[in-house]
Amino acid sequence: MTALTDLSLAEARDGLAAKKFSALELAQAHVAAVEGARPLNAYLVETPEQALDGAAISDARIARNEARPLEGLPLAIKDLFCTLDVPTTAGSKILEGFRPPYESTVTAQLWRDGATMLGKVNLDEFAMGSANITSAYGHVENPWRRQGDNRPLVPGGSSGGSAAAVAARAALAATATDTGGSIRQPASFCGLVGLKPTYGRCSRWGVVAFASSLDQAGPMTRTVRDAAIMLTSMSGHDPKDSTSAAIPVPDFEKALTGDIKGLRVGIPREYRLDGMPDEIEKLWERGIDWLKDAGAVPVDVSLAMTKYALPVYYIIAPAEASSNLARYDGVRFGLRVPGETLDEMYENTRAQGFGPEVRRRILIGTYVLSAGYYDAYYLKAQKVRNLIAQDFDAAFKNCDVLLTPTAPSPAFAIGEKSDDPIAMYLNDVFTVTVNLAGLPGISVPAGLSKDGLPLGLQIIGRAFDEETVLRAGHAIERAANFTARPQFIAGEA
Amino acid sequence: MAVDKATVARIAALARIKVTEGEQELLAGELSKLLDWIEQLAEVNTDGVEPMASVVHIKPPMRADVVNDGEIRDKLLANAPQDARGFFVVPKVVE
Repeated sequence: MTALTDLSLAEARDGLAAKKFSALELAQAHVAAVEGARPLNAYLVETPEQALDGAAISDARIARNEARPLEGLPLAIKDLFCTLDVPTTAGSKILEGFRPPYESTVTAQLWRDGATMLGKVNLDEFAMGSANITSAYGHVENPWRRQGDNRPLVPGGSSGGSAAAVAARAALAATATDTGGSIRQPASFCGLVGLKPTYGRCSRWGVVAFASSLDQAGPMTRTVRDAAIMLTSMSGHDPKDSTSAAIPVPDFEKALTGDIKGLRVGIPREYRLDGMPDEIEKLWERGIDWLKDAGAVPVDVSLAMTKYALPVYYIIAPAEASSNLARYDGVRFGLRVPGETLDEMYENTRAQGFGPEVRRRILIGTYVLSAGYYDAYYLKAQKVRNLIAQDFDAAFKNCDVLLTPTAPSPAFAIGEKSDDPIAMYLNDVFTVTVNLAGLPGISVPAGLSKDGLPLGLQIIGRAFDEETVLRAGHAIERAANFTARPQFIAGEA
Repeated sequence: MAVDKATVARIAALARIKVTEGEQELLAGELSKLLDWIEQLAEVNTDGVEPMASVVHIKPPMRADVVNDGEIRDKLLANAPQDARGFFVVPKVVE
């Protein structure tokens, strides 16, 4: 029999329903896996008692035939989601010791549907990063290694702990968040499925804010079906988030019909970057062929503003962050570093509490919003953002989804690319446009690099059309038949 | 260089983040490099383009102006670095 930690979320759900094993057995196997995964530094807080206590309740409900949609399924939660009375740090020293007196809407919905929590997982500080090396609690290691090279690799970021935990079989699935690629890029780096829903699909209430017009929660899973199952529970209108969409939530799993005949798949020509590794280009070509073989029709489309998306993002996201992070002032929660005056207390607290990348982004954001620079930078960026969104509107007149690579490279070693912020920012070149336009996107593992590392392909869809995105992602998944496993599996020596 | 040490000091003060003399130099270089890269947006013609603040096209919803989550003072104060008699405590601001 397959190890319980190696099951997909859907298989675990079906196994529990068929009483092949109990929720307690499933929870115990995962609690042990969380311990086994400690060398990766993926979990910041382990909550075995929540998983085990929840399992007892789940077993009782299953016995009474009252199982909920995620009954007894143990999950990892990105430490950006506020969890009642369980420490929530956002990967920052400035929130050390903070225990939220409330539960985020997204996690509350997961618990409502019967899921249980294994713990809180590591991330880049305030979700600012693409390698999970800016966390104040240490970097996360990717469970994958290059062939013939034992150097530890980054899991991607910012949802690096979510990705490492799920890839190492130390959670059935995880929550994650995506502001510029933070779900999809780590999914690509760790051989997982990462889904960033449409802006407004999942409530942002209780999720520590980075850039409010871009942030969106989504699932990190090992299969497309699991992503659909998670999304169904995570989605829905929430009066506590004024940008949450008041539209019905379909049962996303039902979208996986396997039928994409006649689907028009846009191939954006501007995504062919100079100097893009050959293996990424080839993977993309293979993806086009797979979709064609399944009956889809490739269409050449143009997203002319693509090259400006990263500079736009690095104005808008820091601007919003500088405003959102003003609340960390040493008064109401988290770290306080004393000072003679109130201002000095603020300045000392924020200097010691924030790491270098967060400080840099707050300063950039403060600069582009300051008097005399607002029009030249912030307003200009908002206008170009509109043009980027218009590009997508025009493209979707001629196609139903877009197919692109997820990231311009496979996972890199810890230490590589870390001295040049702009080189690091280029990780998100294929993902960031989707956040600026508010669209849904999924990364699906599609192959291995020449070094044996996972590579993902991305499907982008129209706003609130996750069903088509999932259906197309499912077709890629079936054609790719990605069965490779990371070198590190929790509990395997 | 787009940003000099004096500008770093000014924005650091606006952002309430203490930056030492030595860090000013380093940050001036880093921020200048970023801003030089961002400058490429100047080549995009945005005449007549509306700025986009949000992708949400619906009108923000209204709600009644009432307390709907109150009576949790002690829970909130439990996270405060310093509190006294039901209040947050800060360094003295009035002489």
